[in-house]
Amino acid sequence: MTLTVRNLGFAHTGRPTLEGIDATFESGKLTVILGPNGAGKSTLLACLAGLLEPQTGTASLHDTDITRMPPTDRARHIGLLPQGAETHWAISSKALVALGRIPHMRGAGTSADDRRAIAAAMSATATEDFADRPVTQLSGGERARVLLARVLAGEPSWILADEPLANLDPGFQLDILNLLQQQAKAGKGVVAVLHDLHHAVRFADHIVLLHKGRLFTQGSVEDVITAANLAHVYGIDANLFKDEEGAVQLFIKGKVRS
Amino acid sequence: MNKRALTSLLLLLTVAAFLLSLMAGKVWIWPSSWAADNADGWIFLELRLPRALLGLCIGAVLGLSGAVMQGYLRNPLADPTVLGVSASAALGGVGAIYLGLNMLPFGLFACAMLGAGASILLLLAISRGGGPMGFILGGMVLSTLAGALTAFVISIAPNPFAASEIINWLMGALTDRLMADVWTALPFMALGVALLLSTGRALDALTLGENGAKSLGVNLFRLQWIIVLGVGLAVGASVAVSGVVGFVGLIVPHLIRAIYGEQPSKILLPSALGGAILTLTADSLVRLVPGPSEVRLGIAMAVLGAPFFLLLLLRYRKGAA
Repeated sequence: MTLTVRNLGFAHTGRPTLEGIDATFESGKLTVILGPNGAGKSTLLACLAGLLEPQTGTASLHDTDITRMPPTDRARHIGLLPQGAETHWAISSKALVALGRIPHMRGAGTSADDRRAIAAAMSATATEDFADRPVTQLSGGERARVLLARVLAGEPSWILADEPLANLDPGFQLDILNLLQQQAKAGKGVVAVLHDLHHAVRFADHIVLLHKGRLFTQGSVEDVITAANLAHVYGIDANLFKDEEGAVQLFIKGKVRS
Repeated sequence: MNKRALTSLLLLLTVAAFLLSLMAGKVWIWPSSWAADNADGWIFLELRLPRALLGLCIGAVLGLSGAVMQGYLRNPLADPTVLGVSASAALGGVGAIYLGLNMLPFGLFACAMLGAGASILLLLAISRGGGPMGFILGGMVLSTLAGALTAFVISIAPNPFAASEIINWLMGALTDRLMADVWTALPFMALGVALLLSTGRALDALTLGENGAKSLGVNLFRLQWIIVLGVGLAVGASVAVSGVVGFVGLIVPHLIRAIYGEQPSKILLPSALGGAILTLTADSLVRLVPGPSEVRLGIAMAVLGAPFFLLLLLRYRKGAA
């Protein structure tokens, strides 16, 4: 089971944001999209989610062009956690999670399947305790978990997350990353746009590194996160070493002196 | 109290307000003389019944449209007038009065609907492919333009009587309407209401923002069409028969949200009922105020509505602080 982009290109009002991207995302893996601001990470994710139609090339889910899929079908397979953690009305956490069932709903009201999926999603994210609290009254960390539960409630086989850690404290960031990793281990395809290299190094099974709208490189953490790549793409001077458990550790010393 | 009991209560209040509107006035007409073959029976059939039916329909249309617009724009300050449909329909009506077309049967109604229809087409053209923001800017521009043209028509009115007739109509009222008005407006309103009631799930999805809604399979482009057509037909028809009645679309969804919670789909039907109750009650009250001529419903609604809304805001701010 794969999400694939072939020669994908997209331009926002004439200025190319993505060009010639070839990449494959696999089920059962947590793939992290990295790159500096403006590299085209969110645009790539939006193409994968079917929110944007690529202007060249294709984005496909198991050989089906994503933009050709009926929106409801697409929504059942691909769940998106959008950037910005928007929640516009003071509805209860449970009602918010229930929104994730919209692609499955036929007619009025919720089915037994809907209720089971909602309960499972809230239990997986440990959000049952504030099921009845309005989402506007939750802390940032609680709200992030509720929003993730909303995606899980739709039971998509793919979870795309656009900067899911923005504005979260370190502890809450790890909560969300652990949940995403759990989902990948359970067999779902997880693709996340992240900014923090430390998180990418620690959690990613596969990394796609973008630079100025092009694919710079992709592969395992060891292949992608190298001092040379980080210097070239981010302009930073980083030390990389393996700790006693054999995991790659990263220490950013500063900007590269040019 | 659970939601079902609440909705039953609202339904009951709607019936009560409707009955009040049938009875209240300079002459009270009790149910015993509704079918009587005398002056009371005649007033009931020819004046009260159409007036109450229009109050019911217009109130429901405005309450529902307000709830849909606020949900769509995720902005509690939105109301049906932001689309510019009301102003355009009003311009059509004013034009009809200026040209004397209101003397023809359905002349005023047809012109007002033409105004509403033109604004629908313009909105759809302006907002092609754009999100809610482009859409709302288009509506505001349209509203301003129609307002200015309306003022222009009044300024070139041939005589003071024509000008005063136009201004009187603009202020919104349900006086002296006939059953024929009800039957002409009803199909447009019914179609508009049906379209608007179908938007609940998409509005719920918009709680997560535009990208969140799209990722749930909601077609925002189609939603925009449904809303423009729904509000255009329903509000256009209600302006065509009653002039511009403000505030219902703004206030009612707020009151309903305070009772039903904020989920957009859950407040659609209750907002329609709430709008009907408010309009019917206000329209009964304006008939009971002593004086040589009746207070216009549009004025009464704004005079009662504005302080009430301020009070609500003050309470809300205290609650938020």
